[in-house]
Amino acid sequence: MVSGRSDHPKMPTAIKLLIAGGFGVGKTTMVGSVSEIRPLRTEETLTNRSVGVDDLSGVEAKSTTTVAMDFGRISIGDDFMLYLFGTPGQERFWFVWDELARGALGAVVLADTRRLADCFPSVDYFERRGTPFIVAVNCFDGAPRFELDEVKLALNLGPEVPVLLCDARRRDSGKEVLITLVQHAYGRRPNAVA
Amino acid sequence: MSNEWNPDEERLLDAPTVRPYVIARGRTDAPDRFDLISLAVTIRPATGNEIGLDPEHVAIVRLCRRPLSVAEIAAHMDLPAGIVRVLLNDLFDRGFVAVQQPQPEMDVLDERMYKAVLDGLRAL
Repeated sequence: MVSGRSDHPKMPTAIKLLIAGGFGVGKTTMVGSVSEIRPLRTEETLTNRSVGVDDLSGVEAKSTTTVAMDFGRISIGDDFMLYLFGTPGQERFWFVWDELARGALGAVVLADTRRLADCFPSVDYFERRGTPFIVAVNCFDGAPRFELDEVKLALNLGPEVPVLLCDARRRDSGKEVLITLVQHAYGRRPNAVA
Repeated sequence: MSNEWNPDEERLLDAPTVRPYVIARGRTDAPDRFDLISLAVTIRPATGNEIGLDPEHVAIVRLCRRPLSVAEIAAHMDLPAGIVRVLLNDLFDRGFVAVQQPQPEMDVLDERMYKAVLDGLRAL
């Protein structure tokens, strides 16, 4: 007799990493290059669940803000499942950011040197929320190359925030970015020994 | 390989917005029990003849033979995540699925987890 939750098979624990940045910066490409599954797309509808809308009239009245997010997955043994969410960078999607950032281990802010300002909102958001983040500069063909220090200065980043170059299309590059992020997040644990 | 995936080929979401809410019978208030990355796994098969189970419920029960996140279920079924939360809640209440919550923010401090994740990423 199978019932209740006690005898369900052992399940992995899910962990979330975010890949944020402006439109077209390569978020989905990076998700795809490291994910073990083809990137999937999920649609999150803005429903103020704390208000508890419960009937069809409420549905009518609601604004139908939806946002599509691409995500991928990396299994870490049998114990953990890592989910990578490409997070839309525009400020008007902050309602999704709050949900996505909750419980996230950390975030990669992808930057394009041709449009560096596009990643300001992401940097601001993670700084304010205290989410550990790193900045990865996606090296587009033909984009101006800057010294990483210049990028750091332009983004007004603290000295502790790692900045690195990457190629979002390449799996080993995406892997290096994620390792850098997890190491950074590990060092940023509130109870970490300095 | 996954590198051949081209975002330009991804079709746009154009599903009518009304249908999902009909599936969920207008309910949008699934409890916060389900995060986007909460994992669900089937613990009791559904035959499709159960009273009160819609085809979408049965489809979820079939999908979740292996643990899948809310986000994955939503993507595979082409439904908004909010609707999947409602349907999963029904299935959870009726004992068809078990749900594993994601690592809580506090436990993200767990050293063992960081080590496991770093080792796993390096082995990719």
